[in-house]
Amino acid sequence: MADEALVRLRGVAKDYKRGSETVHVLHALDLDIPKGDFLALMGPSGSGKSTLLNLIGGIDRPTAGSIEIAGQRTDSMSDGDLGRWRANHVGFVFQMYNLLPVLTAERNVELPLLLTKLSAAERKKRANAALKLVGLSERAHHKPRELSGGQEQRVGIARAIVSDPTLLLCDEPTGDLDRKSGDEILDLLQALNQQQGKTIIMVTHDPHAAARAKHVLHLNKGQLGHEAAA
Amino acid sequence: MFKYLPLLWANLGRKRLRTSLTLASIVVAFLLFGLMQTLRVALTGSPELAGLDRLITMHKTSFIQSLPLAYLNRVKGVDGVLVASSQDWFGGMYQEDRNQLATFAIEAPTFFEVYSEYQLPPEQKQAFLQDRSSAIVGKLVAERFQWKVGDTIPMRSNIWTRKDDGGNVWPLKIAGIYEASNGDNQSIYMHYEYLNESRAEIRDMIGWVVVKVSDPDRSAEIARNIDALFVNSSTETKTSTEKAFIQGFANQMGNIGKLLTMVAAAVFFTMLLVTANTMGQSIRERINEIGVMKTLGFSGRGVTSLVLAEAILVTAIGGLIGLGLAALVSKGLSAAVAQFFPVLGMPAATWGIGAVLIVVLGSLAAALPCAQAGRLKIVDALRKT
Ligand SMILES: Nc1ncnc2c1ncn2[C@@H]1O[C@H](COP(=O)(O)OP(=O)(O)O)[C@@H](O)[C@H]1O
Ligand SMILES: [Mg+2]
Repeated sequence: MADEALVRLRGVAKDYKRGSETVHVLHALDLDIPKGDFLALMGPSGSGKSTLLNLIGGIDRPTAGSIEIAGQRTDSMSDGDLGRWRANHVGFVFQMYNLLPVLTAERNVELPLLLTKLSAAERKKRANAALKLVGLSERAHHKPRELSGGQEQRVGIARAIVSDPTLLLCDEPTGDLDRKSGDEILDLLQALNQQQGKTIIMVTHDPHAAARAKHVLHLNKGQLGHEAAA
Repeated sequence: MFKYLPLLWANLGRKRLRTSLTLASIVVAFLLFGLMQTLRVALTGSPELAGLDRLITMHKTSFIQSLPLAYLNRVKGVDGVLVASSQDWFGGMYQEDRNQLATFAIEAPTFFEVYSEYQLPPEQKQAFLQDRSSAIVGKLVAERFQWKVGDTIPMRSNIWTRKDDGGNVWPLKIAGIYEASNGDNQSIYMHYEYLNESRAEIRDMIGWVVVKVSDPDRSAEIARNIDALFVNSSTETKTSTEKAFIQGFANQMGNIGKLLTMVAAAVFFTMLLVTANTMGQSIRERINEIGVMKTLGFSGRGVTSLVLAEAILVTAIGGLIGLGLAALVSKGLSAAVAQFFPVLGMPAATWGIGAVLIVVLGSLAAALPCAQAGRLKIVDALRKT
């Protein structure tokens, strides 16, 4: 069964050093996430949800344990390899959108493609296709500050999916949005999961958001507790 | 790598005022640098253009004191001297007092033997040699005042007065327009006899003697022999190679040149601090964005290169504008100060040195921010919002 898991964590621990004291954020975590899942990761603030997501996404490294994604050990990769791996396999969606303020929506979405060998025309085509998918074609030439929060987040999702990653990681994607905009984002994520088969892991502390996922996991004091989807 | 240009460009537009001020400081630094290069070359002359086979005999104490005309023939008799030709100051002004033109009274026939680099059509040269009230003028000065062969120009002297009417105007008929490969294309040469017989102050005195030697290797020895002729007389001489002569003049100016270089260095240093500070500030504001770019897969080296490219881009834009302005100003300067010394415009090498400075200063300014950006850990960067 474990062989079918897209994401496989074994004995993952993460400590942070804060001055002289060590904070144990995650303890010996085991986790399997199948391909095509839509997993909501819940838990109180400071419980380590973002930390876990960052470890899976390869922007942080575990203190102990192994992380295997689509059969590749990411915890032992070099920084350079890990960067290339992220570019090919992971799309990140952040709570604060994290768009580059100086670039238009289209250029923001194009950004990950600059790392590929695609031609300018092809990059533009793909960026616009991604914008179309999130329903923002009309706003391609707007800067982030000319967009609403919900629109910014849709640009963020377009940027995350433009290079067709295996895994979509969302850290409180609706955390900064009103209910209506949040629902639109959740609709979009759900559609990406159901229609495009994207595997999604979403950190949230909003039960309403978690209800859209196929599975919900609770993280508490560095330990995981399972719970069926509502 | 052109695909990153829109991003670099957009980052420059982030804080327009700040970018403009930084650019302005870079423009000023490079403008000053370009002008200093122009001045330095103008002040120190072009010794490399000096003839190696030429000596100059002048008054031992000062260039502006006269020598007896009789010295000319005695110099001509020294062993190893091919030809010698005398020159004297005229101190020419044309129309307005500020139009001071380098005007010299020369022994005409020997002048062309000593200075083979002065070229003009044979019939013009002939006309000049046959008419003692005529003159030849440099191509640039002729262009500047739109003089043509055959024009008579009323040159005024700020040194001499006329015997006949007490005035200071010497009408000179332009017999020819010369072109000189040594860059001296803004002088006027008139006949010494004409000046000597008509001026009130002194007679049979000359400014200096230009000597052409048969063998440049013997220059030092010949110079010593010339000076030996007049030793212990009331008017002793000092003979040096033309190159040394130009350099001697340049050395006086060289101190100004050194000062200018120090000013330029200080300006560049200030510019470097301003640019480095701006880059640092701009990167600190962007830590979160750099974290995002790294998350997307940009490597440490990648973001470092972008920061470096941004700094070099600003420096290059400012530097090119500054050097362009310097070239324009130098051109204007050439015309304005042509009467004092020949300014040949901004030396072409300035562009090359400028390009090196652009890369070096841009890199230095970016060094610290680059190191910061490259080292930044993603999770730490993302926590900064
Ligand atoms: N980069 C870091 N350096 C030091 N401590 C950190 C870092 N990231 C997270 N932490 C600490 O780890 C704990 C878990 O943080 P986080 O994963 O962000 O929690 P959550 O996302 O569940 O709110 C917190 O106590 C936080 O202060
Ligand atoms: Mg969090």
